[in-house]
Amino acid sequence: MRYLPKSPSERREMLDAIGVQSVNELFESIPEKFRLRAPLSLPAALSEPEIIQYFQARAAENSKGYTSFLGAGVYSHVRSVVTDALVQRGEFLTSYTPYQAEFAQGTLTAIFEFQTLMCQLTGQEVANASMYDGSTALTEAVLMAERITGRHRVLVARSVHPEYRHVLQTYAKNLGIQIEEIGYTESGQLDRAALRKESPEQAAAIVVQSPNFFGVIEEIPALAEVAHASGALLVTGIAEAVSLGIVRPPAEADIVAMEGQSFGISPSYGGPYVGVIATRDKFVRQMPGRLAGQTTDAEGRRGFVLTLATREQHIRREKATSNICTNEALFALVATIHLSLLGKEGLREQALQNLAKARFAQAELEKIPGVRRAFSGPSFNEFVLEFPRSVKMVNQDLLREKIIGPFALGTHYPELTKRALVCATETTPRAEIERLAAAIRKILDRPV
Amino acid sequence: MSYKSTEIESPVGKILKAREHVSQNEGLIFEKSAPGKRGMELPPLDVPAVDASKALGKEFTRDAVEGFPEVSEIEVIRHFTRLSTWNYAIDLGMYPLGSCTMKYNPRVNEFVARLDGLATEHPEQPAEVSQGCLRILYDLQKCLLSITGMDAATLQPVAGAQGELTGLLMIRAYLQSQGNPRKTVLIPDSAHGTNPASVVIAGYEVRNIKSNARGQIDTDHLREFCTEDVAALMLTNPSTLGVFEERIAEIAAILHERGALLYMDGANMNALAGVTRPGDFGVDVMHLNLHKTFSTPHGGGGPGAGPVLVKKFLEPFLPVPVVVKKEDGKFALDHNRPQSIGRVRAYCGNFGVLLRALAYILAYGPGIRQATEDAVLNSNYIRKNLESVFDLPYNLPSMHEVVFSDARQKKNGVNTMDIAKRLIDYGFHPYTTAFPLIVPGAMMIEPTESESREECDFFIEAMRSIAAEAETNPQLVKTAPHSTRIGRLDEVAAARKPILRWKPEEGGSR
Repeated sequence: MRYLPKSPSERREMLDAIGVQSVNELFESIPEKFRLRAPLSLPAALSEPEIIQYFQARAAENSKGYTSFLGAGVYSHVRSVVTDALVQRGEFLTSYTPYQAEFAQGTLTAIFEFQTLMCQLTGQEVANASMYDGSTALTEAVLMAERITGRHRVLVARSVHPEYRHVLQTYAKNLGIQIEEIGYTESGQLDRAALRKESPEQAAAIVVQSPNFFGVIEEIPALAEVAHASGALLVTGIAEAVSLGIVRPPAEADIVAMEGQSFGISPSYGGPYVGVIATRDKFVRQMPGRLAGQTTDAEGRRGFVLTLATREQHIRREKATSNICTNEALFALVATIHLSLLGKEGLREQALQNLAKARFAQAELEKIPGVRRAFSGPSFNEFVLEFPRSVKMVNQDLLREKIIGPFALGTHYPELTKRALVCATETTPRAEIERLAAAIRKILDRPV
Repeated sequence: MSYKSTEIESPVGKILKAREHVSQNEGLIFEKSAPGKRGMELPPLDVPAVDASKALGKEFTRDAVEGFPEVSEIEVIRHFTRLSTWNYAIDLGMYPLGSCTMKYNPRVNEFVARLDGLATEHPEQPAEVSQGCLRILYDLQKCLLSITGMDAATLQPVAGAQGELTGLLMIRAYLQSQGNPRKTVLIPDSAHGTNPASVVIAGYEVRNIKSNARGQIDTDHLREFCTEDVAALMLTNPSTLGVFEERIAEIAAILHERGALLYMDGANMNALAGVTRPGDFGVDVMHLNLHKTFSTPHGGGGPGAGPVLVKKFLEPFLPVPVVVKKEDGKFALDHNRPQSIGRVRAYCGNFGVLLRALAYILAYGPGIRQATEDAVLNSNYIRKNLESVFDLPYNLPSMHEVVFSDARQKKNGVNTMDIAKRLIDYGFHPYTTAFPLIVPGAMMIEPTESESREECDFFIEAMRSIAAEAETNPQLVKTAPHSTRIGRLDEVAAARKPILRWKPEEGGSR
């Protein structure tokens, strides 16, 4: 087998050196009745070309040749071949968590850079590296708020990504955390009147997302005021991180939970991505996840180490801030390289292009009779349209035109079956936006 | 703060020039930044431009991100390439970190994960245009069920620790459906720290149980501890000592008699694949670490994947969605599962990691047993060649890893960490130090199947040489490493006054 570096005679010599007749003797501590006598029932071994063929065949069964207008938490953005070339260096790809700092300064330095970039973007003082993704980052941010405030009630906007809320429910269920959901207004933003009725004074946190699941930007400073007036923390989720190129960062929030997929990470049918928690310095000891800190060696040379490990499971066990161990370090590196390439001007230009494409798409689609913009709040690269009929039916027809239509909000919001969440990014060609508009016009022209 | 390595005396005064190699002086990316540089350009906008503050309102917009790097493409390439040279990696040599299973990460797996039509797929796209992704998930599930002898699987958890939590939540949901979720989960003192941390998030209390003199579960103790309150025992098998629990059947029987479940932490599955199946020896629920046994790259700390495998009676409680094959042969995601614990992560988990693991399994087929045999062979070979030099606290049959202690070297003031750091000078990554906790001064060595006899011999020589140095020149060992770009770092200072991000005033001078 090509991955195994031993000849039969080397195996024999090693067995002789150990002093056993057969390799089976090394497994005698397993009770005999549990030892397999037959080979496992697995497909026969494949050579490298056959493995490639298998996966190429699977790729051909997917959406090649389709244009997509899906966002809803996962975005198609530019990526440079440089990023992929660098992260495929074996020294990054095949190294372990950098516990042995002298031998892992590459990873540690990059983590420190990642933490810095995330602080600059979010307007927060400290960021970890890393959480699994946006959904678990948001969940851990809520658990963190509960520890900080000692309160067990959480007010969560319904406009937070539905799957993020679902993950939060799963985690919170057995921890005595009570979750109450707050609705949205016609602007698509959190309903502040409803929020005030829910007496935030007993809440650990108010949890919003911005831009939210409807693509609408929330009024973070005002929400922070409501939260802080009642001693609650404001937790802000971000699913579309490119927005931070032009959208005001949630600096007033106490904890920011971000999905970093937009920073050079391919959609890959749901993962791996990279989650981040950013917060204020004063909360750092309640924060989960890895942190790299700057220090020096005996000769005064700058270096980086994993630090504040007394928060973590390998030291604190059941008293740790989280059970997280393996995280998404390689994708934190992807984001770091990607953002280094894109730089200050590039990120701003990319964000502006997203805004322009989405505004163009909105204008084109609003021209279709019976289609209107829903939710009046300011939006970035996603916006909601109301169709005169079920979005799911329209999308079925679009699929025949090789278009993966906008996200049907009815999937998660029973009251919004006619509303569609449209996404356009810098990678969406104008011609495809025009094709989408023409296709929807044609579909809606036909009687149901 | 000054950085001595970057400043040297020259005939023209102090200069910022290389001493050994320019890459040894590499600063932070922010320190290379200058206004107007960039490393990536976008195609021109093909729709009318929009003014952000007019479109969104001034109160919702920002100026350019303060402090963000401005560097060119070549500077990015050089910076990260130089950083990479400061890392050790499996691609460079043996990485004998016990419990971490640092094996070869096949390159073809990287290739297929990046294919157009796989890397490009959106998790919300309809099943009609996702059949390839769904089939990959389905095929992987089938393979993992075959390897473990379990009945049903979820691929959603994205790390071992998340797999633990998922399994515990399923145990809880099952027991709740029987009328009482119970209160406590038993954990041996040799367990990974993630086990107790996961137990707490699942809403259970941890009760630690002591290992016996043989480092194994004391079944008399287990009988005593396994009261009506106990929901499950979380057992790592083979244990973190690299030893198979010989009384596994009895352990399972004790738990099952009292209505408790057996959870197996599959972190050490690399000792078992193709040789024995947890489903056959009484395990009710387990997780696998695909970034260990199934070769997906650890990437400096992740990503991973922690699929959970269960017996039939736990199937209704799997997280949503579940990948199913319909009667017409098409694949789909089933969300309609009323007894499900819910979701533990958005979408279907780390698909890109899952497909790499499938590529690994397809490369071996049933021959995966040979990998297991070679892993156990390597660990026993190293043990045989080092047991005359290092203390072996538990003289039991080793499987994929062997745990020594620093007891003999400690007499000269040399501890496990010193020996580990000195290994770096011999060109090896250190083994795992100070774990498991039941072995004071533990030296936990897991070579994996990816090492040739020659590499094992080099490692053995290095360890023997360090043992000799500990006798003749302990100071040399205690101050190691001597060959790296920087020496041992001041971790106490790092934690006392944390510097967790770059600021111009603190790191600006080169």
